Parts: sequence; structure tokens; C-alpha cells
Amino acid sequence: MAEILRFEDVAKRFPGADYNAVDHVDLSVDDGEFVAILGTSGSGKTTLLKLVNRLYEPDSGRIYLRGEDISAQDPVQLRRGIGYVIQQIGLFPHMTVKSNIATVPRILKWDADRTDARVDELLRLVGLDPEEYRDRFPAQLSGGQQQRVGLARALAVDPVVMLLDEPFGAIDAINRSALQDELLAIHRESRKTYLFVTHDIAEAFKLGTRVLIMHDGKVVQYDTPDVIKSAPAGAFVEELIGSAV
Amino acid sequence: MGTSHLIEKIIEYFRNKPDVYAEAFATHIMISAICVGIACAVGIPLGIACAKSRRVRLFVTGVFSTLRIVPSLAVLFICMPIFGIGLTPALIALSFLAIPPVLINTTQAFAAIPRPVIETAEAMGMTGGMALTRVKFPLAAPLILAGVKTATVEVIASATLAAYIGAGGLGNIIFTGLGLLRPDLLIIGGASVAALSVVADTLLSKLEKRLVRYRDPGMRPRPSGPGHGYGHGHGNTAKAAGTARAA
Repeated sequence: MAEILRFEDVAKRFPGADYNAVDHVDLSVDDGEFVAILGTSGSGKTTLLKLVNRLYEPDSGRIYLRGEDISAQDPVQLRRGIGYVIQQIGLFPHMTVKSNIATVPRILKWDADRTDARVDELLRLVGLDPEEYRDRFPAQLSGGQQQRVGLARALAVDPVVMLLDEPFGAIDAINRSALQDELLAIHRESRKTYLFVTHDIAEAFKLGTRVLIMHDGKVVQYDTPDVIKSAPAGAFVEELIGSAV
Repeated sequence: MGTSHLIEKIIEYFRNKPDVYAEAFATHIMISAICVGIACAVGIPLGIACAKSRRVRLFVTGVFSTLRIVPSLAVLFICMPIFGIGLTPALIALSFLAIPPVLINTTQAFAAIPRPVIETAEAMGMTGGMALTRVKFPLAAPLILAGVKTATVEVIASATLAAYIGAGGLGNIIFTGLGLLRPDLLIIGGASVAALSVVADTLLSKLEKRLVRYRDPGMRPRPSGPGHGYGHGHGNTAKAAGTARAA
């Protein structure tokens, strides 16, 4: 499969820190993969994600998306082609569900009919009845429903890459499991590339076509769930897997 | 002097000098509106700058909290030798009075916008201007409006003093009443100022409530008809959202 995303010796240190949050990472992601980025808090997994849509800039190294160096691109344009979902959801509270989902289509000046049709399509995709939910405000939704809208909003213009930062972290176990299944189905159908940050080992192994394990800013192992389980690379990964059993 | 006599005098005043009253009333509203307008024009951009930069915030809040201690009457009199008498010094002095509440509330409103909301706006590819007009400003608007309300009520009350330096307004009626020892004029002037404050406060409170309706989980969603929705490429989301909810 063709490579879509590549990190070359990428390092990021935050001002005032005496260690690298992301420590000289090399990484290659194939088109259509679902990469689960697994690590403890402080391992650099969120930083790694935010380097992709340039919410953070690396101190050294290069990141290529579809073969193009992202540092040479306009960050605003770059981000319009990248979906972004976070644990805190970040829906715009003053906008209806429809307007939230239509944010990027409207920035891209889609005509109203196309936007409306897309909003309804996305709501059905994430399991929400458009008639019922289209005109609600975020305050009128449960946490799980809000994250479904957050997902729909990120998917609106068919982004090349989806970045998901512990999107189900604040959702109860039953809803989380349902959302994971739906996310897998959406991924399978869209064939887009997903990067999914989590600290939940079961979640990472359930979702990822490959799992990337991070520790202290470094990639410790990056392989399919089966290989990681059968041949963990070193003591840290062994301990991590052991803790989940 | 009995109450009935007083009421007669008040009625007589309105019968004989409706034009004098109308002019004082209109001038009072005009002075207040201009000052609140100036306060918004200065206070809102400055407040946004304060929310962005700590250094700007320390400087600006320092200046304005010092200025705030100075009584508006003193500012009026200080303005007189510099700007002369009449409308100009009154507008300047009252604007200084009105800026701090707008400025402080704007700073707080922008600082209170949840970080994840700003981050997602950025991550979705909004430019700085888009994030400001479509997300930050609509979210900050209710608190800014609360500051505008405080400023309005303060200005309406203090505009009475502007009559001292020849700016006109309802203060004219009050000071005439003081000079001539006429309680009817004092009551007319005082009650008018009070009524004006109450009306302004009520109207702005209503507007404020409307702006935060989206926070109410019990609100009934409005069924959407054709063409419903807002800001299709116009970037005017806040206003249209208001009208959508108002229906």
C-alpha cells in the first residue's frame, strides 16, 4: 500500500522542558491504515498527533503528508483536509448540530443544498436521526451524542487523514464500545487513514490495524496487534501488555 | 406645599413645556448612547488585546483601575478647562466612565472561552478572523453585553451631571429645580433618569438572556424549514443564530 504519512527524525521540545516530548521519531503510515497510538500520559502521543495538523511545530525533522513536506504548506489549508476529534469534543456551543457539522463545508463555500445533504448523511453515518438532532444545540445532547457529532464534523469534507485524540476517553463503557464498533465500520467503509491516540490498551488492540507504542517520546514498538502480543519489543511493552490482562 | 399641588405643578409643566422636556430627554439619551458607543468602540478591541497578551492586560487594567477611582464629576471639571464647556467635555468624561466595565468584561469573556473550542476552531482550518467572528465573539458576546449594560446604567445616571458644564439633558431640569427650589422639577428630572435606567437595564437584560439561550438543555429545537441555517458563506453566524432561536 502507498505511504501517506511519514515522520523523519521529528523532535519536539516544549519551552522550559528539559526533555523532548517527541524524541526523534521516524514513522511511516500507509494509506487506509488505522494506527492506534498507545502510551501512558506524558509519553508524547498527543504531541505526535498535533504535529500532523501543525497545532505544534517540530524543532527538528520533517513530516510528509502525501509526499509533501507539511512545513512548506499553509497550515490553514492543510488543516481543512485533516479531521480532528478530541476528548473534550470542542463542539461550538452556540451553534446547532447542523452548523457544527457544516463548519468546514461552509468555510469551503459549498452550496447550501450540498451542505444540507452532507450533514444529514453524516448524522445517519454516526447513528443520529437527522430530523431529531439536526437543530439541537450541544447542550441538548448527551456526552456520547456530542462525540458522535464531533466525529461527523471531522468527517465532513472527507479528510485525507483523521486525527483522534482519546475521543472516547470521557464516555461510559457501553457507549464507548458501541462507538468503537461504529468507528471501525466508518473507517472500513471510508478507507481513509486514521491516527487514534489512546491510553487504553484494549481499545488500541481492538481498533488498530497497527499499534504504535510510545514511551518517553520514543516509538517503542510499531506493529500489528498480533505481532505485539506474540513478540513484545522489550520490557516496557511486556509490562504494558501484562497490565491489561 | 401639598401633594395634590405638586401633582398639579407637574401636570402644568408637561402642558406648558413639553418641548423643553422632550429636548432634555432626547439630549440625555443621545449623550448616553454616544458614550456607550465610544466605550464599545474602545473597550471591546482593547479587551480582546488584553485577553491575548498579559503585558497589555497589566498595562491597560492598571491605567483604567486608576482612572476609575477618579469621580466622574472630577473628570468633568478637569475636562472643562481643556475642552471648554458643552457637549465635548461631557462626552469625553462619560466615555472614560463607560470604558472600564466594557473593557473588563470583554477581557474576561475572551479569557473564559474553553480552550478545546478554540483549538478545534483552529484545527478545522479557520483563519484567525474566522475564529474570531464565528466562534470567539459569539461566545464572548453575552458577557460583553453584561459589561455594556453596566456602562449604560452608569452613564445614564452620570449624564445628569453633564448639565453642569452646559451639555444639556435631564440634568438641566434637575439643576433648574435646585436653583429655583421647585420640587416638581426635581421629581420630573429624577424620575425620568431613574425610568431611563430601568428601561435600559431591562432591555439589555432581555437581549443578554436571548444570547445565552443555547445553554438551556430544556429548550425545544426549532424544526428547520428550507433554507434554514445560517452564515452560508457570509460569516455572520452569531446574528443569524440569534434570529433562528428567536422564532
